[in-house]
Amino acid sequence: MVDHILEAHHLTKQEAQIPPEDWFEANETLQKLRKHKKFPTIWCSGCGLGVVMGALIRAIDHLGLDNDQVALVAGIGCTARMPVYMDFNTLHTTHGRALAFATGLKIARPDMKVIAIMGDGDALAIGGNHFIHAARRNIGITALVVNNSIYGMTGGQYSPTTPVGMRATTAPYGNVEPPFPICDLAMAAGASYVARSTAFHALELDKYLSEAIANDGFSLVEAVSYCHTTYGRINKLGTAADMMRALKDTSIPKASYDKLSPEEQQANTKIVRGVLQRKNRPEYTQIYNLLVEQQTQREEIRPRNTGRR
Amino acid sequence: MTIKLMQGNEAIAQGAIAAGCRFYAGYPITPSTEVAEVMSRELPKVGGKFIQMEDEIASMAAIIGGRVGGLKSMTATSGPGFSLMQENLGYAAMAEIPCVIVNVQRLGPSTGQPTAASQGDVMQARWGTHGDHPIIALSPISVAQSFDLTVKAFNLSEKYRTPVILLTDEIIGHMREPIELPDFNSVEKFEQVVTESPETYKPYSNNGDVPPMAAFGRGYRYHITGLFHDEVGFPTQRLDEVEPWLERVNGKFERNADDILLYETDYQPGARTAVLSYGASARTARHAVKQMRARGEKVNLFTALTIWPFPETAVEALADSVERIIVPEMNLGQLALEVERMAGRRKVVRVNRANGEMVTPDMIIAAAEA
Ligand SMILES: Cc1ncc(C[n+]2csc(CCOP(=O)(O)OP(=O)(O)O)c2C)c(N)n1
Ligand code: SF4
Ligand SMILES: [Mg+2]
Repeated sequence: MVDHILEAHHLTKQEAQIPPEDWFEANETLQKLRKHKKFPTIWCSGCGLGVVMGALIRAIDHLGLDNDQVALVAGIGCTARMPVYMDFNTLHTTHGRALAFATGLKIARPDMKVIAIMGDGDALAIGGNHFIHAARRNIGITALVVNNSIYGMTGGQYSPTTPVGMRATTAPYGNVEPPFPICDLAMAAGASYVARSTAFHALELDKYLSEAIANDGFSLVEAVSYCHTTYGRINKLGTAADMMRALKDTSIPKASYDKLSPEEQQANTKIVRGVLQRKNRPEYTQIYNLLVEQQTQREEIRPRNTGRR
Repeated sequence: MTIKLMQGNEAIAQGAIAAGCRFYAGYPITPSTEVAEVMSRELPKVGGKFIQMEDEIASMAAIIGGRVGGLKSMTATSGPGFSLMQENLGYAAMAEIPCVIVNVQRLGPSTGQPTAASQGDVMQARWGTHGDHPIIALSPISVAQSFDLTVKAFNLSEKYRTPVILLTDEIIGHMREPIELPDFNSVEKFEQVVTESPETYKPYSNNGDVPPMAAFGRGYRYHITGLFHDEVGFPTQRLDEVEPWLERVNGKFERNADDILLYETDYQPGARTAVLSYGASARTARHAVKQMRARGEKVNLFTALTIWPFPETAVEALADSVERIIVPEMNLGQLALEVERMAGRRKVVRVNRANGEMVTPDMIIAAAEA
């Protein structure tokens, strides 16, 4: 599978830390990765996406879900390539539309755990409308948005989460548009679970993702990551490791944030990590199915006049 | 069996339910809205589900998602919404997801005349999404046929794993006619049957024309993508994997043409003129032909019910037998382009009207006399 890559890099299997053949069988979490064919990933080495994928797998594993019961739906982008590597029911759709496809799937199979995996552009630019409406309906989908502040796949154009002043290939003089706070948007639109962490805080991500997936209604987990290849390079932010470290240095737990004075909170520029919203709201498919139950029962009492008058 | 007076749009909704449609996602737009209204009322009664999405892009996406989850799915729209559906319509063609898209055509371009009829989306139905792709479009000419062709649309979509467009128009959609509704249980329904085990299942097997589609969550974990893919659904750029797939997908209708191409012929021996039409214009065509025949003229009448793929062989044979083919359409000449392509040196006379009014029998008769 990877022989040609090893050859190109003049590496032995050992040097490249390629696992032995029976490694998949030995490791339960890794059973959730697709065997054969799909590796290595298309991602740049050092990209935070692999860490986020690991967290997602561990979260699903932690919940003890059967692989058959899980569907991953993604749009288009580096992030959206994630499902192909995992051994679930995987639907790779069109740019921005993951949540709309996922809505249909969830309605057809309310018993399944449907997880929509999107980049920041995918979820908030082209898919912004679907994002707020899925949250408004509180439909039982977990949205995992990997926020790398850029359009990674297309080579580094500014996105709705690129901070003001930062450069992108389409913002050569610095971005002049204010960014969307993803979690605030989801909270305002009605998401019943909202949490944020980063690719550095992998275990924290595991926890939030499993809470999100366990939640009946619409959940959003924002995984703040980085793109060293495009955004990092054009903004001179260093290597993947530098950017990974920055996630640690520029973020604070919500508990610490909550202890700040209002003025300090106002002035805070750090990424706040934590569960930001838990709301008890009825889930869309459950409510709709109640309606269906009522109507079908009625029909049983007074049969539908397809054959009779 | 029961006789009812019903609108074309309502007959479409009833046909969908009869065909086993259990999920509808849509966004309201004149002159298609009645389809959504009837579906929202009727689906829950049969255990089905309805949702009004945030736009037509989402509607198209949702019905694909619904079908992936195992429910036969449909949406209905008109011109502006049909334009918005194009990207995901191409996705359905690429990923071979069965679904039915109803387009009750109104006068365009743009917002145009929302309440006026048109047949202006014929070419969009064929080529509206980017890239070469197979597509089926059916066009009913009556209320009863709106029901029948909707059932047919579902069955073809399932049998050939393809989106099917029901290309109707404001006239047929809003017209009321008596219709005999069959007992829905007796309506023939095509169901996908997967016989392979999950271990050997190939969702895009090139062995045969149409591999059966497994719904999600039934033990067949696989990948669906809009990217070029191999037999198990994984993205690939390898020509040896892509080419057999391209060949299969783009040839699957041609190899089953007899099953897919629906048309009605009413020919008279010795006729030198033919009238070829579809949808609302086909009603005018019938009327005109009747008048011409009453005057002793011999005329052939061809009514296309399957518009895409275009019934090439049948039209070629028709062209061989007459001197000219008159093609009335409520557009500036769209299906006429196909007729011209098949007609060789025979004359194709276009009779067009794209102002919201129907083509009249007199216009067709005048064209025959010219
Ligand atoms: C309709 C449409 N428009 C544009 C594109 C091109 N495109 C592909 S991915 C992408 C942006 C990806 O950015 P993001 O969603 O943030 O994902 P990332 O690659 O950063 O993970 C764009 C614009 C497309 N595929 N489809
Ligand atoms: S381009 Fe950026 S986001 Fe995409 S894989 Fe490379 S580092 Fe990751
Ligand atoms: Mg991005």
